[in-house]
Amino acid sequence: MPAVITPFDDALKSCNLYPLRAAGVATLQVNVGKKCNQACHHCHVEAGPNRAEMMDDAVMERCLRLLKEERIPVLDITGGAPEMHPRYRDFVERARGMGAAVMTRCNLTILREPGMQDLPAFWKSHNVIVVASLPYFRREETDAVRGKGVFEKSIEAVKRLNATGFGVGGSGLTLNLVYNPAGAFLPAPQEALERQFRAELTKSHGIAFNRLLALTNMPIARFKDYLNRKNAHDSYLGRLAGAFNPVAAENVMCRSMISIGWDGFLFDCDFNQMLNLRVNHGAPFHINDWDQGVLAGRQIVTGPHCYGCTAGQGSSCGGEIS
Amino acid sequence: METYYNPADLDKFGDMGKDAPELWNAFMQWYGKVFQEGALTEREKALIALAVAHAVQCPYCIDAYTKSCLEKGSNTGQMTEAIHVAAAIKGGAAMVHGVQMRNAAEKISF
Repeated sequence: MPAVITPFDDALKSCNLYPLRAAGVATLQVNVGKKCNQACHHCHVEAGPNRAEMMDDAVMERCLRLLKEERIPVLDITGGAPEMHPRYRDFVERARGMGAAVMTRCNLTILREPGMQDLPAFWKSHNVIVVASLPYFRREETDAVRGKGVFEKSIEAVKRLNATGFGVGGSGLTLNLVYNPAGAFLPAPQEALERQFRAELTKSHGIAFNRLLALTNMPIARFKDYLNRKNAHDSYLGRLAGAFNPVAAENVMCRSMISIGWDGFLFDCDFNQMLNLRVNHGAPFHINDWDQGVLAGRQIVTGPHCYGCTAGQGSSCGGEIS
Repeated sequence: METYYNPADLDKFGDMGKDAPELWNAFMQWYGKVFQEGALTEREKALIALAVAHAVQCPYCIDAYTKSCLEKGSNTGQMTEAIHVAAAIKGGAAMVHGVQMRNAAEKISF
């Protein structure tokens, strides 16, 4: 019998957070396309080498105009593997030229692909913040999540980033790693996990990083298929709902960012984007109709998957949130 | 098929509060504090709990502390080593009792 899950909005009501509203737009998270050199089990984007969706010039130009005109301080570039977008470097350069901090989501193995070897130097020259996926400090778990051989390639990539200065103390170049659980369980507390990662990665591989961000696996897309195959969807969602944390709910990332899809549609977060739940409740839902005043205070579109961001210590694209 | 151990029974653990709520509340308060970070981390305590669960062969505890260990950041390598510790102590305990066998035999032997 399926577990009865309290509707997410009722959980918000229980801590006086309903309706959940944005409190500004501090980050523009831009998904430039779904093409990726990997096809990971947990990927909520269902990205892969055969995905053709790519942001066109008009939408990219509109994103850049927004950064400039609305003075949005942070550009968070994601995909797919965003580096595979033909205008990726131009996008980064121009956003940095406008004074925005640029964060790039990197799967690490992309650095081995043809034409990508100089990415660390490019990132260094523009002082880009690199946020790189490394699901665990052991081969077994990492390869189980991201595919056979990915751990070795990832370690090699981190070494190259370290050699360029990323993650190395005093360099001013930031390399944050991203952990996500290798299965249907919640992430460990971020700080404790970071200590473990740092100790193990230093000891076994001599590599360095700045911060570890612990992310919860979202029960959507490919990971939802996995949960259904394991007959574990309801128990996982129950686990997330049972660990609802009002402090995490208050600090969810959707309150301070907007996610822009490759085709210019607007979403409250990357997960809503993958569920095609556009910005709603009267706010414009395409970049061409951007209205900063309305979007900055919009009501967030919620669903059961939102428990993924509010369980335990909480989860966001920036890691733990409470 | 009915069995004495049913996974769904784990969720009924709280039923043990019926008829003896004060004792249950005291137990739960103590239990919660035991697993909080102290001289040992929560992760280390979960590994100990997993090992003990195997020593006492409690399927409920094995289920619960497998999840707990993973959620505290342990991996199956560390968890397997913890179970080896439990097995070594169980095996060692059996073996060291062999001394009692030798003592008993000595008492009645030429």
